Amino acid sequence: MIVILDYGCGNLRSVSNALKRLGANAEIQEDLDRATKLIIPGVGAFGAAMRRLDNLAPAIKSYVNHGGAVFGICLGMQLFFDSSEESPGVSGLGLMRGQVKRFPSEMGLKVPHIGWTQVDPVQGQGPLKGFEDFESFYFVHSYYVQPSDPSVVAATATYGLDFCAAVRKENIWGTQFHPEKSGETGMRVLENFVRWS
Amino acid sequence: MTAIRLIPCLDIQHGRVVKGRNFVDLKDNGDPVETGKKYNDEGADELVFLDISASHEGRPFVVDLAEKVAEQIFIPFTVGGGINTVDDVRECLLSGADKVAMNSAAIRNPKLISQSAEVFGSQAVVVAIDAKRNREEGGWTVFSHGGRASTGLDAIEWAKEVAERGAGELLVTSIDGDGTRMGYDLELTRTISDAVGCPVIASGGAGNALHLIDGVVKGHADAVLLAGILHDGTTTIGNLKRAMDAAGLSVRYKKNPAPGESEGGVSFE
Repeated sequence: MIVILDYGCGNLRSVSNALKRLGANAEIQEDLDRATKLIIPGVGAFGAAMRRLDNLAPAIKSYVNHGGAVFGICLGMQLFFDSSEESPGVSGLGLMRGQVKRFPSEMGLKVPHIGWTQVDPVQGQGPLKGFEDFESFYFVHSYYVQPSDPSVVAATATYGLDFCAAVRKENIWGTQFHPEKSGETGMRVLENFVRWS
Repeated sequence: MTAIRLIPCLDIQHGRVVKGRNFVDLKDNGDPVETGKKYNDEGADELVFLDISASHEGRPFVVDLAEKVAEQIFIPFTVGGGINTVDDVRECLLSGADKVAMNSAAIRNPKLISQSAEVFGSQAVVVAIDAKRNREEGGWTVFSHGGRASTGLDAIEWAKEVAERGAGELLVTSIDGDGTRMGYDLELTRTISDAVGCPVIASGGAGNALHLIDGVVKGHADAVLLAGILHDGTTTIGNLKRAMDAAGLSVRYKKNPAPGESEGGVSFE
């Protein structure tokens, strides 16, 4: 069963509806005991989310270290990393090395970055499998991830600067955009996760 | 590039989509979820559902609507109408809405903006501003209660205040333009867009593709809202986006038009 992790951080219904439409066996749960695949959604602040996730963090790390597939969406992906400028001093899950940075507003950028932005798939595997060309996805974020290891970057996008739009390292997948809000194109990304084994 | 968003707006009264002119004279235009789905299939970037009949007691109608929309439509959507408390905002978001629009309640209680932004993030908070041009002394005044009551607030000052309080986006509607199909109030849109750091949605008066292009180029809008010309089939989202693309704007659209959509050149009709 695909578990959509409910740790009190926002709207899980859209993710759940999207997976149901794909015919996947998915449930919103407050723990990952029954997970064969795990989705960590998330809207809100890094620090608040980590506090809520505190009790579950050891279980998530152990699940992932044993090869369990995990998909982080938006803040859910940011939580994979070591730390975030949004909440200095708070440690993330540390599933991937790197930092989460804020878009520089001094460039005249409107922050948060909200809207449909073209994504360049740089890895033919993982969330963007089957995407060869630029496609637009829906983003809502003020922060972006900066992985220490560039090989985990699965896709990039540009908003004032080039940033990492998706990550993949074997069983660890994440997108900064919201596939559950990116129409049919987003459905293909979720389908990649549903089908991956 | 981030695309300019084209956003169909569905005004809802007693559960049905309606459209009026200058905020009155409403006509029935169908079921909200069905209409939303149709626009989603045509390539809308977002949807806005505003319940204009919202009673001011009890659970807002848009909570149930959000639930139904979220089951069938997988693009971002905003609901508004009858939102009075942080709990109302929470219920809408938990039901599947991505953003909640507040208008009269934010004027009555501006703290609702900051409190909602703190709990749910600015990206979930849209403040709708209905503004009417002052013919004599210039500038614009904010109206509340569906355009019926003058608040005496200056629209530009109010826009700055709500942005400072944490609104993630402003939906700026010209009451003078609403339903006229004569184009947005570009000066209003531009003055607000230049004064705030958050995205601005132009609204009120869209009649053709040129109006949308002007809204972005001259009005400095980040997104354009439209209703009547889609509801009555005057044009399609595909045709509008083709024209915006030809004008050099960054838009998200399928290069292959859906069956039934014109494949012809750019239409500004």
